[in-house]
Amino acid sequence: MKAWLYHHVATLGATLGRLGRSPVATLFNALVIGIALALPVALHVALGSFQKFAAGLTASPQLSLFLARDADARDVARIEGRLRVHPGVQRFRHVPRDEALRSLRAASGLADVIDSLERNPLPDAFVIDAAEAGTEALQALRAEFAQWPRVEHVQLDAVWAQRLDALLGLGRLAVILLGTLLAFALIAVTFNTIRLQVLTQRDEIEIVKLIGATAPFIRRPFLYMGALTGLAGGLAALLFVAAGIFLLNDRLAELSLLYGTPLSLDFPGVADSAAVLLFATGLGWLGARLSVGRHLAQLASD
Amino acid sequence: MISLSAVCKRYPQGYEALKDITLSIAAGELVFVTGHSGAGKTTLLKLIAAIERPTSGSVIVNGQNAGAMSARAIPFLRRNFGLIFQDHKLLYDRSVFDNVALPLQIIGYDRRDTARRVRAALDKVGLLGKERALPITLSGGEQQRLAIARAIVHRPAILLADEPTGNLDPDYGAQIGELFRSFNQVGVTVVIATHDAPLAERLKPRLVTLRNGALVSAPARAAA
Repeated sequence: MKAWLYHHVATLGATLGRLGRSPVATLFNALVIGIALALPVALHVALGSFQKFAAGLTASPQLSLFLARDADARDVARIEGRLRVHPGVQRFRHVPRDEALRSLRAASGLADVIDSLERNPLPDAFVIDAAEAGTEALQALRAEFAQWPRVEHVQLDAVWAQRLDALLGLGRLAVILLGTLLAFALIAVTFNTIRLQVLTQRDEIEIVKLIGATAPFIRRPFLYMGALTGLAGGLAALLFVAAGIFLLNDRLAELSLLYGTPLSLDFPGVADSAAVLLFATGLGWLGARLSVGRHLAQLASD
Repeated sequence: MISLSAVCKRYPQGYEALKDITLSIAAGELVFVTGHSGAGKTTLLKLIAAIERPTSGSVIVNGQNAGAMSARAIPFLRRNFGLIFQDHKLLYDRSVFDNVALPLQIIGYDRRDTARRVRAALDKVGLLGKERALPITLSGGEQQRLAIARAIVHRPAILLADEPTGNLDPDYGAQIGELFRSFNQVGVTVVIATHDAPLAERLKPRLVTLRNGALVSAPARAAA
């Protein structure tokens, strides 16, 4: 056990030394892998942040009910009465047209435009929280409300949330596809790196074979090298993504001020980072395993 | 310990390196394989160490058929040997210490035992002071001794050496010869391929002579 550990530590040390002796090649390998991995990681991070942002927007199943513009206070009172007794309505809030205009003026920065309007273009509205969240129940409510007199338009806020969700699902699929594609790139990069390494060390391989090294012993340093190359690439990818987020968040902070919504990208969490590193290391190992198996067999048959 | 029976080795190009060799070497023997260059000395050693496989016949080492062994088993057979090559086959990017430590790492010694045995082997060949040096800074004779240290560090039962004194001046050659004699005296079977006649004169080994791949003479036992 101790001997086994000693051997692995020694191999790791020797491999690190070998990588350190050709720093430029090592760096460029890490960069190539890093760039390839940074793309899906960045997309994943962006999706995660966006999802959180979207979740904040659509907390509950809501309907917006807009009255006709010429509806008067009596119409409003009648609708209010009907909503109050409707079993499908959990809670509702009346947004008078004047209030809607005031809040639009305050929030949008279009004060000048709004001030120049001769009359309020906005209708009275009700924001309704439905008792049931199911899509069908919401659609039924919408249809029912739309039949009421003086109701101009009923909007189901959850619909765009569903669309957003579908879009996010598509985004997640894109991350997986992109990740898979670039995983192959990573395997190819380590495959080639290890091929060159096997060729440079062919004398050494021949010698250790002659003095009784088993195939796993011969493979080990190359596998370490592949795994370390992958790990370095994973670190580079995280660094790229973190740097990108850092730069973007500065800009996003400005945007947040303008729009009054907190907008920011989250740095990849510990679990995500660990997953990226593990994934990159594993792929590096796999590329090395494929390469070393193939090229050692080639050397043996020469 | 080593026994060849009716061994032929023909290379793919059709060249017949060894013809019908039957030979047996007992444990603890000191054997010189001699003959002109191209007589098949090196091929004979390669067959014993399972570096080459015989075209026909069998090579038995320690009761195992070295000629028909699976690739997986060969490394373990090789660990019975200390191999010394004419061109040393050292790793020039590693220190003297690391070169000698290599067989022990392959077998799986821990750090303390490795260091102890490496120093013992280097002491034996007189290179103890140079363990941190790189092989390229050593003279030809020192490199040969380093190769010997690497071959004996794991205390193999059989030492196979191909022209160990080939490129050395006679003084160095004599020193190396003494080294082999001392290993043989502690019970190691030593097989040396050489055409160094003075060395044979001094060590009085059993002589196995090859000519054009055929066995000319192999007296059973020399007066050692």
